[in-house]
Amino acid sequence: MITAILYQIVQMLLVLALAPALTGWVRLVKARLLGRRGPSLLQPYRDLLRLLRKEVVLAHNASWLFRATPYAMFTAIWLAAGLVPVFTTQLALAPAADLIALIALLGTARFFLALAGMDIGTGFGGIGSSREMMIAALAEPAMLMMVFSVAVLVHSTSLADIAAFMTSGMVGLRVSLALALIALVMVAIAENARIPIDNPATHLELTMVHEAMVLEYSGRHLALVEAAAMLKLLLYVALIACIFVPWGLATGQGGSLLAGLLSFLAKLAVAGAGLALFETSVAKMRVFRVGEFLGGALLLSLLGAIFLYVSRGV
Amino acid sequence: MIDIAYDASHLLGTLVLMTSFALLYQRRLFALLHVFTVQALALAAAAAWQAYAHDDPHLYITAVLTLALKAIAIPVALHRIVQRMNIQRTVEPALGIGLTMLAGVSLVTLSILLVLPVTEGATALTREDLALSLSVVLLGLLMMISRRNAVSQVVGFMSIENGLILAAVGVAGMPLVVEMSIAFSVMVAFIIFGIFLFQIRERFETLDMRRIESFRGESGE
Repeated sequence: MITAILYQIVQMLLVLALAPALTGWVRLVKARLLGRRGPSLLQPYRDLLRLLRKEVVLAHNASWLFRATPYAMFTAIWLAAGLVPVFTTQLALAPAADLIALIALLGTARFFLALAGMDIGTGFGGIGSSREMMIAALAEPAMLMMVFSVAVLVHSTSLADIAAFMTSGMVGLRVSLALALIALVMVAIAENARIPIDNPATHLELTMVHEAMVLEYSGRHLALVEAAAMLKLLLYVALIACIFVPWGLATGQGGSLLAGLLSFLAKLAVAGAGLALFETSVAKMRVFRVGEFLGGALLLSLLGAIFLYVSRGV
Repeated sequence: MIDIAYDASHLLGTLVLMTSFALLYQRRLFALLHVFTVQALALAAAAAWQAYAHDDPHLYITAVLTLALKAIAIPVALHRIVQRMNIQRTVEPALGIGLTMLAGVSLVTLSILLVLPVTEGATALTREDLALSLSVVLLGLLMMISRRNAVSQVVGFMSIENGLILAAVGVAGMPLVVEMSIAFSVMVAFIIFGIFLFQIRERFETLDMRRIESFRGESGE
């Protein structure tokens, strides 16, 4: 029990420490692909520290909600990131590490951020919130559908059980899982405000979604919001790794922690490079085509669920 | 529990079905042709895998035929047609994409519900292959109905034929003669289509079927 608590604390600190590095890695690879040198991996850490030291500038009509949101959002996402097994499944919070709880935590964070976007009453914040809600309304059903097909296969929505089932070698190549994987990747792209849904690198576009909502934030509030966004990216990568490629994860008592850690770092590197490659090769979509993109994700996860019943031995 | 032959063929069959959905999703003609090529490649891979898994050499011929005709000859020819008619930038006014996708999912569900009860005795692989290929056929029909451009209707027709080949590969019982004749009749159909497209274009100066309908007196404009 003591070790489980210890692992849990290590995991919470680890995700917090690695999240800016992952974002920095994606930016670096993207810059290299575009023929630029790019900032160092440490740049996101420096940005966050600088923002933490800066003074907070608040609008006159900002309510308590606006000030509380960064803390609420950061806590919810940090907790969610702490739930996803990163290097071992022997965590103190493992019984709570449920896929549906995870979606609820992310939904809570999104709810607060959308409210805060409308709190000041600027046009940008409002439009950002409304678009974020449109994306969420489409992404969440797709995500839940994906969770259902995995849950029907594994007979559990607990992440530790899923990872144990996937590493047991009982699964083989499953069509439903392949479809669920594609759907989850599409949802992750939309949820993390990456190209083609949203552009994370600009504050100047009329089509921005996430950046429009956080436009009014400054100082430590902005640092928390940005850190939460970085944690969310790490969380999705860890989630995909935990469900679909859990190899290396220490599942039993005797699993090697070092192997778990190293394999997780390798997965992060691969996922970050893949994301950068994808982002440089596609163009941003019009906002009204987002529905089609996420409708595609919903469709894939739905087909995955349908195929579960066709294929042998559910 | 794990049966790699089964899993791989199932996966390839689903890939063909997925590309059918991708066909429905595309709006630009060139993107449509690219997806069609991918579908033919997936189909050829499925046929080759069946040949390998069941040690059935004549299926290799099917794979090669599919590869040569569907993945190379027909896409190249369609590319030429699109280029010569100068319609490469055409954005197709397809029936609402979301609606089409929804119809597509219902068609897949329908074909699964239809196939599973009537093939009670067959093996799991046969049943699924039939369900998958029936879905591909139905999606091809949906494509022909929901598209207005003649070129994409041709692509829809060709993807129906892909579904038939997928079924033939799955049940592994279709004689080679039948397969060859299907392949060649598709080729002939394709040539006729090509000539038709040029004729339509010459006479009506458009490939938009909606405009042509008024010449038949269907829409009372």
